[in-house]
Amino acid sequence: MSFVAKIGAIVTFSAWDATRAAAIIEAEAHRDGALLPVLHALSRAFGHVPDEAVPIVASTLNITRAEVHGVLTFYHDFHREPPLPHMLKLCRAEACQARGGEALAAWAQTRLAGCDTVALEAVYCLGLCASGPAALLDGRPVARLDPARLDRLLAEKAR
Amino acid sequence: MSLRLYVPGDAAAVAVGADEVAAALDAAAAVRNVALDIVRNGSRGVFELETLVEVETAAGRIGYGPIDPGEAPALLDAALLDGGTHPKRIGRPEDLPFLARQTRLTFARCGITDPLSIGDYRRHGGLTGLERAVALGPSAIVEAVTSSGLRGRGGAGFPTGIKLRTVAEAVAPQKYVVCNADEGDSGTFADRMIMEGDPFLLIEGMAIAGLAVGATRGFIYVRSEYPHAIAALERAIPTARAAGLLGRRVGGSERAFDVEVRVGAGAYVCGEETALLESLEGRRGQVRAKPPLPAHQGLFGQPTVINNVLSLAAIPFILAEGADAYCDYGMGRSRGTMPIQLAGNIRNGGLFETAFGVTLGELVEDIGGGARSGRPVKAVQVGGPLGAYFPPTLFDTPFDYEAFAARDGLIGHGGVVVFDDTVDLARQARFAMEFCAIESCGKCTPCRIGSVRGAEVLDRIISGEAVEANIALVEDLCHTLRLGSLCALGGFTPFPVLSALKHFPEDFGAYKMNAAE
Repeated sequence: MSFVAKIGAIVTFSAWDATRAAAIIEAEAHRDGALLPVLHALSRAFGHVPDEAVPIVASTLNITRAEVHGVLTFYHDFHREPPLPHMLKLCRAEACQARGGEALAAWAQTRLAGCDTVALEAVYCLGLCASGPAALLDGRPVARLDPARLDRLLAEKAR
Repeated sequence: MSLRLYVPGDAAAVAVGADEVAAALDAAAAVRNVALDIVRNGSRGVFELETLVEVETAAGRIGYGPIDPGEAPALLDAALLDGGTHPKRIGRPEDLPFLARQTRLTFARCGITDPLSIGDYRRHGGLTGLERAVALGPSAIVEAVTSSGLRGRGGAGFPTGIKLRTVAEAVAPQKYVVCNADEGDSGTFADRMIMEGDPFLLIEGMAIAGLAVGATRGFIYVRSEYPHAIAALERAIPTARAAGLLGRRVGGSERAFDVEVRVGAGAYVCGEETALLESLEGRRGQVRAKPPLPAHQGLFGQPTVINNVLSLAAIPFILAEGADAYCDYGMGRSRGTMPIQLAGNIRNGGLFETAFGVTLGELVEDIGGGARSGRPVKAVQVGGPLGAYFPPTLFDTPFDYEAFAARDGLIGHGGVVVFDDTVDLARQARFAMEFCAIESCGKCTPCRIGSVRGAEVLDRIISGEAVEANIALVEDLCHTLRLGSLCALGGFTPFPVLSALKHFPEDFGAYKMNAAE
């Protein structure tokens, strides 16, 4: 199948490895304005940006650790803690609100309270605004959600 | 000969099972020993019909939708009968009233072609604009875009030709073309659809802009919430290079131009052009003070054309068909077409490209079919989270930059979000402040602190505490936000708040009684 099939694939993250991190950073460092690509690449490999990576990023890009910290903490996408195995990014923006998104969010919060396998995050718009409520489940877009459909999708992840 | 089927690869189709439909069709074909050629096209933009499967027949393409994976075997049997009967057969998609009523200039190919086939692109009119641009030369390109009347489709509506001219006239060692694909407004998805459904169009528009101003490098800054758009562009760019659309001799000219995709990181404010440039440079997405304008000192301090996806994607048509062909559509100072996005609680949601001038009421009631819930429409938010809430009494407003501004609204990026009568506008006003607080870049005080205070005061109003005094406070705060903020995030958050107060006072508790006295 085409490129779209690959996106929802389950990703397993590596444990911290300083040598690997240095290689990842080095591979992106030649770009102009490389910091965001570097932090994305580290997140893809480790699931988050470990504190140990910050000084390596700073010295490779010749910027201060404070600058790296500033960028790392500014953007919603970057995480400093290891992730749970699964991530549900549920859209909370107006177009999904208009289609029952808030009731679904309340339900999901109850359903996933204390859950140690699926993290729930708010996201503001996935561009699926005529098919909401919508979410990204492990990076894969899902729409026309209601509690029953979301339950089925989460059950597949629990398996 | 194999049977050709079209199953959209657009995220809105994938989100309702298009990949599973394609896989099920493959499996059903294997059982029947039939050779299938499945094209993953873009979406036609009729989302109620996704997954919309189309079959190529002697009489043109025949659509079936919405198709669930379980329906694939029966659908294949119908398809094998040259577009035969099936309960979900809709006939030729282009005959659907929703599509037949549109004027698709920018979206002419979206949903029809294979997005990653440069041959398909060329057969459907692609690359003609670039060829004309190469023949015309820089100043004539700028002149064509200027006289087409094209204005920035990201929301600000600044004339695109003037931006091009400013950068063209600048003298610098390096110039850039930056595409703002950080489409964060709720209710909008046109940029996403173009990037996924016709990526060469955007690349061609950027290449033409590069030729016009003498830029050799381009960046497409795409939000991370759009993984399919990123994947489509990453696949389209090498093909574009191989076809001479990018590279050292763009379109056979003596000029070089190449583009690179950069991925955002979940900050709404990076849709603001100077915050986007900061982010591209590897910094926090904080807004810059203007001047200097990006056209003078933009990316890495160099002259930069920065435009929305839809603005750049309109340029190939203007070059191919002439400025007049574009300018002939529209009204007043809003020329050409606008890809309008019908979203939220609406029966016929989707992409509706049409000339400026269509009224809000036609869009919502006539074309959109009213609320999907079947309840009365109470409010429509046009232009994303910074746009005003309009009641049905303003449905006679024509879709036009100036007409919306005259009624204290904005068309923004063309998103129309419909709410039925269960919506509480006091809560929507509070959400606007909350959203501003979450997404504020923190640089200017009115936005950073005003939004937090605004949400708190609206909470008091919602709980019925000193309603009249607190409404006066919110109005005063909105005045400060509007005049004192550095960019549109703080500056326009008053639009949803004040419009909710003005048009829906009954939702603000005691305010209604006070206002009536």
